[in-house]
Amino acid sequence: MAEPLLAVQNVSRRFGGLLAVDAVSLAANEGRITALIGPNGAGKTTLFSVISGFLKPTGGAVRYDGADVTGEPPHRLARRGIARTFQIVQPFAGLTVRDNIKVGAHMRHPARDDALAAAEAVAREVGLADVLDRPADTLTVAGRKRLELAKALATEPKLLLLDEVLAGLNPSEIRDIVPVIRALRDRGITILMIEHVMQAVMSLAEHVFVLAEGRIIAEGTPAEVAADPAVIEAYLGHGAAARLEARHDH
Amino acid sequence: MKGFPSIALVVAVLAAVPLFVHSNVVLNFLVVALMIALAGQGWNILGGYGGQYSFGHAAFFGTGAYVTGILQVRYGVNAWFAFGCGIAAGAVVGAVIGWLAFRAGLRGSYFALVTLAFAEVLRILASVAPITGAGVGTLIKLNVHASAMQFQSRAVFYWVILTLVAVALVVTYLVERSRFGAWLVAVRENEDAAKALGVDTIAVKLGAMIISGTITAAAGCFYAQYFLFVDSGIAYGTWISIEALLTPIIGGAGTVFGPLLGALVVKALGEGALYITGEAPGLDLVVFGVVLVLVIGFSPRGLVGVAARLRGKFKRGSVAARPAGEIGHG
Repeated sequence: MAEPLLAVQNVSRRFGGLLAVDAVSLAANEGRITALIGPNGAGKTTLFSVISGFLKPTGGAVRYDGADVTGEPPHRLARRGIARTFQIVQPFAGLTVRDNIKVGAHMRHPARDDALAAAEAVAREVGLADVLDRPADTLTVAGRKRLELAKALATEPKLLLLDEVLAGLNPSEIRDIVPVIRALRDRGITILMIEHVMQAVMSLAEHVFVLAEGRIIAEGTPAEVAADPAVIEAYLGHGAAARLEARHDH
Repeated sequence: MKGFPSIALVVAVLAAVPLFVHSNVVLNFLVVALMIALAGQGWNILGGYGGQYSFGHAAFFGTGAYVTGILQVRYGVNAWFAFGCGIAAGAVVGAVIGWLAFRAGLRGSYFALVTLAFAEVLRILASVAPITGAGVGTLIKLNVHASAMQFQSRAVFYWVILTLVAVALVVTYLVERSRFGAWLVAVRENEDAAKALGVDTIAVKLGAMIISGTITAAAGCFYAQYFLFVDSGIAYGTWISIEALLTPIIGGAGTVFGPLLGALVVKALGEGALYITGEAPGLDLVVFGVVLVLVIGFSPRGLVGVAARLRGKFKRGSVAARPAGEIGHG
C-alpha cells in the first residue's frame, strides 16, 4: 500500500502533569475520509492542534506527504496543503463572508481579483453564495460552520482537518452539509474529521480511529468500531458492553 | 466614487486652500493638523488595520525629528537628505521594536505597554545624551532657502506636509487592497484563524510596524523642519503618542481617510475651545476626551463610520451600506 498522506507516529503531548495525548499513531490515506472519534476530553482536539502546528508534540513525529513536518508552524503547514477548521468557529467577525474567504484564497492567489474570484467559487461550493456580502457575525450557527469550512477550502488544501463541523447543527442542516463533505472527498481532498455525530461518521468515513484518555483504543471500519466492546465501554462506562450484551441475550 | 479618485479630490481641495486663505494663523493651524494626521496615518496602519494598539508612536516621531535635526546641525548634512534619513530611521526603529515585541508574542495591552516603555526610554536617553543636545535640545539654524528645506511662506510648508499626507493616503489605500492588507486585517480580527490560513502573523505584524514607523517618523521629520527645534519632551513625549492614536480612532481606525478626518475635526474643536474660553490651558485636552468618549460610545468605527451610516440612511433600500473602510470593493 502507498504511504498515507498523513502519518502520526507515537505522538504524545503533555500539559504539566496531564498526558493529553499518549503515544498516538494514526494515518489518513490519500483521497479518503478518516474519522477520529472519542468521548469528550479524549484528546482529539489536542491531537489536531499538534498535526496542524498549533501545539508542538512532547514526543513522536508527524509525517505529511513524505516529509517530517513535526513542530512546523501552522502557516507553513498551511502552505504545504494542510488546512484545519476550529471546533469553536473562528470567523473574522468584522469582515464580510467574502473577505473572510478571501483571506484563505490569498495564500495561493497573491492578486486581489484572483483571490476574490477564488473566494466566490468556494462560497458556491459550500452554499454561501447568497450571503457573500453579509458580515460574518450575522450568520447563523450553520452558516458559521460553512464559513469555517469555506475559509479552510480557500487555501486549496490536500489534507483537510475538520474539527466537529457538524456539532451544533440540527438534523436537516447535517443532511445538507454531509453531501458537501462527500463532494470534497470526491474531488480528491483527503479528510480527517473529528466528529461526534455518529450518523455522519457512519455515512462518511471509510476508516475510524477511536481515542479515549489520550490513547487509540480501536480502529477499523465504522461498523467494526461501533461493535467494539472497548469503544462501548469508553463511551458508556465500565461494564456497559457486558450489560448491553446481556440485554441482547434476553 | 471610491479609491484613487476620492483621494485625488480630497488632496486637490486641500491643496487649493492656500490660494484662498492667506491668514498665517489658519495656515499654521492646518499645517499642524496635517502633521498630526500624518502621525496618525502611521499609527492607523499598525493599530487600525493590524489591531496592534501602540501607545508609543512617539518613538518614531521623535526619531524622525532628531535624525533630521542632528544630521543637519552636527554633520552638516543637506536638509532634504536628512529628512529622508529621518524617515528611514523610523523604519529601522519600527523593525527593532517590532521584532522584539512580536517575537516575544506580546499582544493587546502588553504590546501597548511595551511600546510606551520604548518611547519613554528613548525620551530619557534623549534628555541626557550629548548628541541630542540633552536638556537644551537641538536647534536647527535658520536658513530660509529651499535647499535647506525652509520656506518663507507657510503655504509652501503646507504643500510639503500635504504631499506627505497624500503619499500616506495612497500607501494606505494600496495596503488596504493588497494581500498584505488582507492578511493584516485577518491578524486584527483573529490571529489563530489567520495562522491556520497560511498567514505568517509575525512577518505581517513586523511589516506593518515598519510601514507605520516610517510614516509617523515622516511627521517627526516635518516637525523638525517646521519648528526648527527639537527637545526630548517634544520628540518623544507622550503627547504625540496620544495624538497619533486619538486621531485615527476618532476619525475611523482602519479606514483610509480616518486619521485625516480625525485630525482636522479634533484640532478644529480643540482650537475652537481655546479661542472661545480665551486660551484656558488644557481645555483642548478636555475636548479630545469628550470627543473620544462620544465617538467610542456612539460610533466605534469613528467619524467615517458616522458618515457611512448617514449615507446608508439616505440610500436605504438600494444597496446595503458597506462597512466603512472598504473603499472600492467589488
